[in-house]
Amino acid sequence: MAFLNDLQTVLKRNVREYGMYIALFVIMGIFAIMTDGVFISSRNISNLLNQTGYIAVLAVGMTLVIVIRHIDLSVGFLAGFLGAVAAIAMVSWKLPVIVVIPMTLGLGVLAGCLTAYLVANRGIPSFVASLGGWLIYRGAILLVTISTGTIVIPNETFNAIGNGFIPDIPDIGILPNVHKLTLLLGLLAIVLYIANEINQRRIKKQYNFEVLPINMFILKMVFISGLVAYIIWVLAGYRGISWTLVVVLVVVAIYQFVTTQTVLGRHIYAVGGNPEAAELSGISVKKIVYVVFGSMGMLSALSGILFASRLQSATTTAGALFEMDAIAAAYVGGVSAAGGVGKVIGSIIGALVMTSLTSGMNLMGIDISLQYIVRGAVLTAAVIFDVSTRRIGK
Amino acid sequence: MDTPILEMRNITKEFPGVRALDNVSFKVAEGEIHCLVGENGAGKSTLMKVLSGVYPHGEYSGEILLYGETKQFHSIRDSEQAGIAIIYQELALIPEMTVYENIFLGHEIHSGIAIDWNETIKHAGVMLEKVGLEVNPAAKVKELGVGKKQLVEIAKALSRDVKLLILDEPTSALNETDSENLLNLLRGLKRQGVTCILISHKLKEVISIADTITVLRDGATICTLSAAKGEVSEAVLIKNMVGREIENIYPPRGQRVIGDVAMEIIDWSAYDPKIGRNVLKDVNINVRAGEIVGISGLMGSGRTELARSIFGNPMGFRIKGEMRIKDSKRRINHPQEAIKYGLAYVTEDRKGDGLILIQDVKQNITLANLREIAKRGVVNNNAEVQVANEYKDSLNIKTPTVEQRVMNLSGGNQQKVSLGKWLFVKPNVLILDEPTRGIDVGAKYEIYTIMNRLVEQGMSIIMISSELPEILGMSDRVYVISSGRVTGELPVAEATQEKIMHLATN
Repeated sequence: MAFLNDLQTVLKRNVREYGMYIALFVIMGIFAIMTDGVFISSRNISNLLNQTGYIAVLAVGMTLVIVIRHIDLSVGFLAGFLGAVAAIAMVSWKLPVIVVIPMTLGLGVLAGCLTAYLVANRGIPSFVASLGGWLIYRGAILLVTISTGTIVIPNETFNAIGNGFIPDIPDIGILPNVHKLTLLLGLLAIVLYIANEINQRRIKKQYNFEVLPINMFILKMVFISGLVAYIIWVLAGYRGISWTLVVVLVVVAIYQFVTTQTVLGRHIYAVGGNPEAAELSGISVKKIVYVVFGSMGMLSALSGILFASRLQSATTTAGALFEMDAIAAAYVGGVSAAGGVGKVIGSIIGALVMTSLTSGMNLMGIDISLQYIVRGAVLTAAVIFDVSTRRIGK
Repeated sequence: MDTPILEMRNITKEFPGVRALDNVSFKVAEGEIHCLVGENGAGKSTLMKVLSGVYPHGEYSGEILLYGETKQFHSIRDSEQAGIAIIYQELALIPEMTVYENIFLGHEIHSGIAIDWNETIKHAGVMLEKVGLEVNPAAKVKELGVGKKQLVEIAKALSRDVKLLILDEPTSALNETDSENLLNLLRGLKRQGVTCILISHKLKEVISIADTITVLRDGATICTLSAAKGEVSEAVLIKNMVGREIENIYPPRGQRVIGDVAMEIIDWSAYDPKIGRNVLKDVNINVRAGEIVGISGLMGSGRTELARSIFGNPMGFRIKGEMRIKDSKRRINHPQEAIKYGLAYVTEDRKGDGLILIQDVKQNITLANLREIAKRGVVNNNAEVQVANEYKDSLNIKTPTVEQRVMNLSGGNQQKVSLGKWLFVKPNVLILDEPTRGIDVGAKYEIYTIMNRLVEQGMSIIMISSELPEILGMSDRVYVISSGRVTGELPVAEATQEKIMHLATN
């Protein structure tokens, strides 16, 4: 009985945080049943994660932009434009991939800093500044593709980013048809996770800080390990971990670390929570605006690379509505427009929820008109849930 | 005797933890100019907000009678309909609209469903004539100076057929000529039968214009004086305004060892480009190690501007003058540099620009000095909890854990978090702006004790306060500022509430 009581307290205290995960499970469960399991097949889950990639990286950047009380509408077409630039650099200028990718990312940072300049130095509302960018980059895509139309990218290395999977270790006879490197990496991840949790707990105890009751601690570890193991098993059953997933995981790991563990991250949330107080506490609000928009620009470039690589071409309409998907993902993931609140992981879950809806409804053959309506309803419901649990919160 | 135009009976209004008005009664006779005076926080503005329906009926206890009839105002609209108009310090005009649009905003002249602009412009002209303002009614309000804006506000009130005009500190932002014009206008309106309540800190002005003066102190009516009976003089007013004895709420300080000058500003002027005038003019102030320097001044005197101009100038004033910190000349351009040179600033408005309410106690305490607990940019979360707990204990912050969000703490405890945050930057000079505003007596005592402990350790404290007893009870030396200038410097032994009030209302 004590176990159930503990569980109840922990859940109650963190209802906001777990709400999204529960929502994701419910949505996936419903689709799994409605599609007779096709939805949770290895192939579909793998596809789902790859489709989420280019929105997920945008959502990560957008989270920070919204946290500091701004918005960036230009990211979609910026991604499309920079994807086209990358394609031209490879096809027309014959630059190697190893040069093209850093160059594109650098251009993204530059574009982000331009928006930051308008916002921080010129005092233009970010909505307007980035709406200007939205139009300009949209025109820019058309301009650079005016003579060629869609640019086909022949480079295999580049295209692997959006379509390829990590290689497998040679077949040694056991577990045929299963991606063994993926399994090994998954196992490694779980071991590292458990070691880290135990280590953190030990340090906390040294400081005499409160820790989760031991039964809850074990339950949490079992649950998360089980979840990772399941996803890894599903992925290994198809073609393993995709390069897109690797890119997204690296981005999430870096941003999660920066936002939760570093001085810079704290300063970003402080500026979002109360810009006047942050400025008076010796934080340069201007600098934070540059950092956040610069990072947003870089992630837009990354998104553009992922998308162009996935399509193996740069099209004239690439990036259309990406910004709306990214903003929706961030809000579903619990970001607050009032500023100062929102987690990177939350936005990733939000992006997964939105892509799951699209993917699941496509599998069920639901008409696109209804798909928009359902996605709109889920977005609204998520924010209502978020706003109402915020009041209960501690 | 005639029925008074307004009578407020036994008004009591409470805010969480504070009784802002305690059984106040207030009577205004028809056709008089009635002045309401008192220190900051005495309850003048609260009383007027009760009258105007900003605090609707039911949020206070007591009765409001207009022409002898009981009234219950649920909103400003109700009180306006009854013929009451309030003109606040922060003018309620819309800068981008024209003068005539502003005058008839909220009670537009219609013909059918559309606004009749021709009639509007014509009537606006009449109203402007009444207040003696010669401007084109089609000019935008933002193009007018403060004095003229004030007149537009009055024209707006008159256009509503106002019976009772209330002005809250109308001359605080005006120069002498504009002030004189305004007072003459009020005298003129009085002859036309408009009754007027005037709230003012400027006692000379009050004496020159008032028929009757009511003094409020600590949320209670102290006395009502009649000019006709010769009861009014500056000395009488000041005595009644400050009145209270300094109670024994100031903890004794140990040995006072006053050291060298820790910080000094010389011929310090600040020009605010946003409002287009100097907020500080030739200010000379210094503070020594181990000393508490009190800065006394009324609202709008430039107290907070002084603190901010010193602390890295985040409001973007154009500053002239010299700052010396421990004998070296310094030029500080951002709060970050101010912190580096050993300054700290606890703001007046802890909720507005002091704390991050949605973050927890520990994050607020470490915010200004995160690098202290970080290695290569990575914050040590465990060290952070430890630091926060140290301040929680030493400042006696009452919170279950340091993970509690600051918005859930009481005002006194929030103030201690603010203090903790700035002590963690280990400053040499601590600037406290209204350190005990809105907190209860017990927490005040604790904060005073902490201040004493800090100066005994050799810190310098600049304390800005509008509470005179606090200034006298805590300071070693007092500067009085008024209209952006230092109007007096007194050792605390020579300072009295009367003297300070005299200098502050100069």
